[in-house]
Amino acid sequence: MIRGKVVIAQDICKGCELCITSCPQESLGLSDKINIKGYRFVELVKDNCTGCVNCALVCPDAAITVYRQRKEVFKANQNMKKAV
Amino acid sequence: MKLPPITNGFEIVYKKPDTLTDTPMHYCPGCGHGVVHRVLMEVVDEMKIQDKTIGVAPVGCSVFAYNYMNVDMQEAAHGRATAVATGIKRVLPDRFVFTYQGDGDLAAIGTGETVHTVNRGENILIVFINNGVYGMTGGQMAPTTLLGMKTTTSPYGREAASAGFPLKITNLITQLPGALYVTRQAVHEPNAVRRLKKAVRLAFEYQLLKKGTCFIEVVSNCPSGWKMTPQESNKWMEENMFPMYPLGDLKVPSQTMN
Amino acid sequence: MEHTPGTSEIRLMKGNEALAEAAIRAGLQAYFGYPITPQSEVLEYLAVHMPKRGGVVLQAESELAAINMVFGAAGAGARVMTSSSGPGISLMQEGISYMASAELPCLIVNVQRGGPGLGTIQPSQGDYFQATKGGGHGDYHMIVLAPSSVQEMADFVFESFRLADKYLTPVMILSDGALGQMMEKVALPPEGSLPFIEKPWATTGKKPGQKRRIITSLFMQPEEMEEVNLRLQTKYRLIEKQEVRYEALETDDAEIVLVAFGLAARICEKALTLAREKGFKVGLLRPISLYPFPSKVFASLATNAEMFLVVEMNAGQMVEDVKLAVEGKRPVHFKGRMGGMIPSPEEILSEIETVIENEQVNT
Ligand SMILES: Cc1ncc(C[n+]2csc(CCOP(=O)(O)OP(=O)(O)O)c2C)c(N)n1
Ligand code: SF4
Ligand code: SF4
Ligand code: SF4
Ligand SMILES: [Mg+2]
Repeated sequence: MIRGKVVIAQDICKGCELCITSCPQESLGLSDKINIKGYRFVELVKDNCTGCVNCALVCPDAAITVYRQRKEVFKANQNMKKAV
Repeated sequence: MKLPPITNGFEIVYKKPDTLTDTPMHYCPGCGHGVVHRVLMEVVDEMKIQDKTIGVAPVGCSVFAYNYMNVDMQEAAHGRATAVATGIKRVLPDRFVFTYQGDGDLAAIGTGETVHTVNRGENILIVFINNGVYGMTGGQMAPTTLLGMKTTTSPYGREAASAGFPLKITNLITQLPGALYVTRQAVHEPNAVRRLKKAVRLAFEYQLLKKGTCFIEVVSNCPSGWKMTPQESNKWMEENMFPMYPLGDLKVPSQTMN
Repeated sequence: MEHTPGTSEIRLMKGNEALAEAAIRAGLQAYFGYPITPQSEVLEYLAVHMPKRGGVVLQAESELAAINMVFGAAGAGARVMTSSSGPGISLMQEGISYMASAELPCLIVNVQRGGPGLGTIQPSQGDYFQATKGGGHGDYHMIVLAPSSVQEMADFVFESFRLADKYLTPVMILSDGALGQMMEKVALPPEGSLPFIEKPWATTGKKPGQKRRIITSLFMQPEEMEEVNLRLQTKYRLIEKQEVRYEALETDDAEIVLVAFGLAARICEKALTLAREKGFKVGLLRPISLYPFPSKVFASLATNAEMFLVVEMNAGQMVEDVKLAVEGKRPVHFKGRMGGMIPSPEEILSEIETVIENEQVNT
């Protein structure tokens, strides 16, 4: 699987959980901590994000930035694995 | 927000558009308004038309839309956004002009302006947020409120006999020759957001044709007004709002132009 | 008639048409309006001539829509106007209040008709309160100019646009059905004689590297909203200091001063001549700017004149401002006709005789 990761602006997040529902990988969960607004914010809870962007698309507060491994890097890694 | 440096061959595949300000939005958690703002600004960003775009904010929950969308904007009195937009577009015909309006604003107090603006085929984009209630004033009945739906002013559920039927204003204006592109979208799940963005992009591009009004209804939620969690509200919307307000295109330019 | 560009041109025109032609010459860029008697000629004239001369003219679906189109166009930096009468002006009040607060320049023409209600299409001055005291919600004023001839219908258009741009405020020309319909000779100023000014606040699209522009009247924090109010009030004080306009006729030796604006002032002029012929020392004060009201001039008039007679085509509206200005120093009488009735010079003369007689009896 291509690797992704998300960065969530914790102080912007309102804990609406819509991103959690829309993540096919179940990578996201609510934190036990609360942010300055008093909301339990969302964080990555599993290391299986694919960078599919779904969470960011539904976030009403534009709190999510999504990163994804470049295709070349992904392919190079795959080839390396095969070689090993 | 400061983003961490891109490492290990990673690249950014999604970030907040630059045309959205850093001001935190005042909307309730899970409210669809924020998504629609963002999608509009993503398109403005991608088309590089920030310097040519002028928005009109309504009276409703999105009254402060101009705090978030980083383009020139004007307010409008409750219901009059399309009249204000007409004034702008007529004197600045080469600008991209859009209104952003709730169901109370567009389909109750502003019905006259809505119908006539589309009937004149003003070359603007009307974005219509149908959340079935008056969000801003505390969840009163809107023209789009479903039959049987309880609101603070229809406490026993909306009854057709006294309050009339849910107004499908989008279907109504589709009939007008001035309407170029009419579509009904949503923002409750990722693919819906993707489709909305395509529609917004088309609508902005169509403004260049000067062939009529583009009208995008977004069937949206109001977790606070509906007294539900964001998830519940989206589920309720799918089960109850979508049957009354089915998603999809109602009119596309090929139909209009030949 | 041959016309050399750059000079004024004399024409015989209806008041409404003279006003519309003057607006084009004053650089009108957009007009939004809705038909209503007795002002429809403004829209009709512009519908013929604006397209040829490169401006926007749009018949709106209502006066509500019209004033909000004016809002949008003014906010986008255009020189813009609307016109209406009675019921239509009432419908515009919300929008005018928004424009006053958002500080948008525009011209609103009220060709008054008799009210209240649907009333009559005959001329009236019944909208004085509405025009001068605000009219819509909240604390605001418009500058209000009252023409009394076809010439002034034209001249005040230039003046209104100049004042609107200078003070960033809606300006109203308060005319009436008679002035709108009557035909007189009018000298029209040349086209392009009113310069355009920079509008660095207008929403024309955010320039790269510049701050974007927002036009709004919404300030949720009361502290902020009070600031806005204080700024508006400061502006109104400045307007009151700088923009008072009136005309005084034979007031120097006048024992009785007629006070009237617009059409009523024209009739008072005739009554004045009749009264002078009979030996009464009568003068006339004609407020031209109804807001700002020429209050100060009454202080000096009150030292010489013995009394004032206010003549209006309403139930007594401006008379309240006259009384405030006279501060009880002299008696202020009132003669009014309502519902579209126009007082005759003879009627005013006999009123002059009556008030003089009564004052003599009383003293
Ligand atoms: C002339 C006027 N009437 C009433 C109001 C009060 N008001 C403000 S917002 C609103 C309803 C807004 O509902 P909607 O357009 O559906 O927007 P939402 O808040 O649901 O997004 C009302 C009635 C007003 N501001 N102006
Ligand atoms: S990018 Fe996709 S996989 Fe990663 S957290 Fe978001 S929704 Fe889940
Ligand atoms: S969708 Fe956005 S605001 Fe809602 S919980 Fe996720 S990150 Fe937070
Ligand atoms: S009241 Fe409803 S429409 Fe308004 S912000 Fe809250 S959820 Fe959104
Ligand atoms: Mg609503």
